[in-house]
Amino acid sequence: MYNASSLRKGLKILIDKEPYVVIDFQFTKPGKGQALYRCKLKNMISGNIIDRTYRSVDSFESANLEQRKMQYLYSQEGHFHFMDLESYDQSALRAEQVGDAKNYLIDNLEVDVLLFDGRPIGLTLPNFVDLLVTRSDPWAKGDSVAGDSKPVTLETGYTLRVPPFIDEGIKITVDTRTGEYVTRVK
Amino acid sequence: MSPGSNDHSPLQERETLTAKSPTLWLRAGLIQAIRHFFTEKNYLEVETPCLIPAPAPELHIDAVRGGGVFLHTSPELCMKRLLAAGYPKIFQVCKCFREGERGQRHLPEFTLLEWYRAGTDYLGLMDECEEMVVFVLKELGLASGLEFQGNALDLKRPWPRVTVQEAFERYASSSMEEAMASGRFDETMGVEIEPHLGFPKPVFLYHYPSTLAALARLSKNAPGFAERFELYVAGLELANAFSELTDPVEQRARFEKELAKRKEQGKTVYLMPEKFLRTLPFMPESAGIAFGVDRLVMLLSNQKEIDPVVSFTPEEL
Repeated sequence: MYNASSLRKGLKILIDKEPYVVIDFQFTKPGKGQALYRCKLKNMISGNIIDRTYRSVDSFESANLEQRKMQYLYSQEGHFHFMDLESYDQSALRAEQVGDAKNYLIDNLEVDVLLFDGRPIGLTLPNFVDLLVTRSDPWAKGDSVAGDSKPVTLETGYTLRVPPFIDEGIKITVDTRTGEYVTRVK
Repeated sequence: MSPGSNDHSPLQERETLTAKSPTLWLRAGLIQAIRHFFTEKNYLEVETPCLIPAPAPELHIDAVRGGGVFLHTSPELCMKRLLAAGYPKIFQVCKCFREGERGQRHLPEFTLLEWYRAGTDYLGLMDECEEMVVFVLKELGLASGLEFQGNALDLKRPWPRVTVQEAFERYASSSMEEAMASGRFDETMGVEIEPHLGFPKPVFLYHYPSTLAALARLSKNAPGFAERFELYVAGLELANAFSELTDPVEQRARFEKELAKRKEQGKTVYLMPEKFLRTLPFMPESAGIAFGVDRLVMLLSNQKEIDPVVSFTPEEL
């Protein structure tokens, strides 16, 4: 249980039986009146953002969340399957729960899967993932309006711009937070 | 956040404090101008103790405690004892302390200007409040037209006066009665009403429900309401004032109610301020006001947050 005075950015609480994370927080109080805690909260399952104002007498339950190290196995019919590296239990996330992370999911990649009441609701990728370039058009100087870079397609189907010396069959490191090229894997 | 959580290097600190220079100069000038205003009007400047055994029992104001005493949350009770002893016009600029109050517009240690005047009521204080602000503007060489966070303000007298009930009708999704019944008065005031108050002119919000004024006199011509007002400018709550309650029996009953509610909510239950209650029968008809000095500096220096108007925030200590 939390009371309103423990509210802060990043706190995860339960509202209507769903987990929310506090993404913005403001303390305010009429001089003679009760303290108000104005929060912007993000639903950790749907991603919806809501505004709520809590009073000092309000309290909430903490959300039962757990991160588990899992390995990506395969995707099938819009579901992405993972295996818990400790218990070997398998879990699946829906495509909308995976979102853009699908651009980096290669077989055996280790990720953190977030469980709410034991059910998977999201994942956190490593900051850097190495991926194979599967398609690259030959680069001609002056072709590109974006300077000295060209588009390539990776083994996951993700396209991004890379320096001209990156060809098919080369592995590159991509920053999963920005989606950008970092370096060529030696 | 906690003390020390902003751990800046000496160079970063120097940079932050240098950037604060204009507001710190303004702050110093403002306090001098305030003193000038009151001394010219023959007010006596007083200093009352910060360390007190029994804070005024109010449900929503929590005192910082230490070493068997409390830090005062306002100098109200001591100043009223001076009033009762025959000092009819007194003012004080002092630090006050309130537990757990930290936000964009709140510091747990802040500067209050309080003044009390015998022989007047809350309406008289509205006039004097306008007079004081206009005086300090002039003294600081500032025009009555101010810019605050993208809004053009006009501080020329007179300032409009709006009852709390009217403000609810104008801005809130529920009536004042509904908000009171559901315990959401403060929330509605803070979220729905306050952001609209005091544009382009400051506004006096007055006639608060009697239960929301533990130390105020009840209105004779508006039953159920207290002779209390708050001053708002550009959505900022600047001051709270009332015609003082001088009936010791009524005052004790209200304190008991507040203390019972504090107990019910698991808050520290203060001692009854007996010495104050004993002097209350000798207190003349009077009115008093608490004015937030930090907030006034914010307004005059166009600062959205309170941090830049003080030299150090608690997190920087």
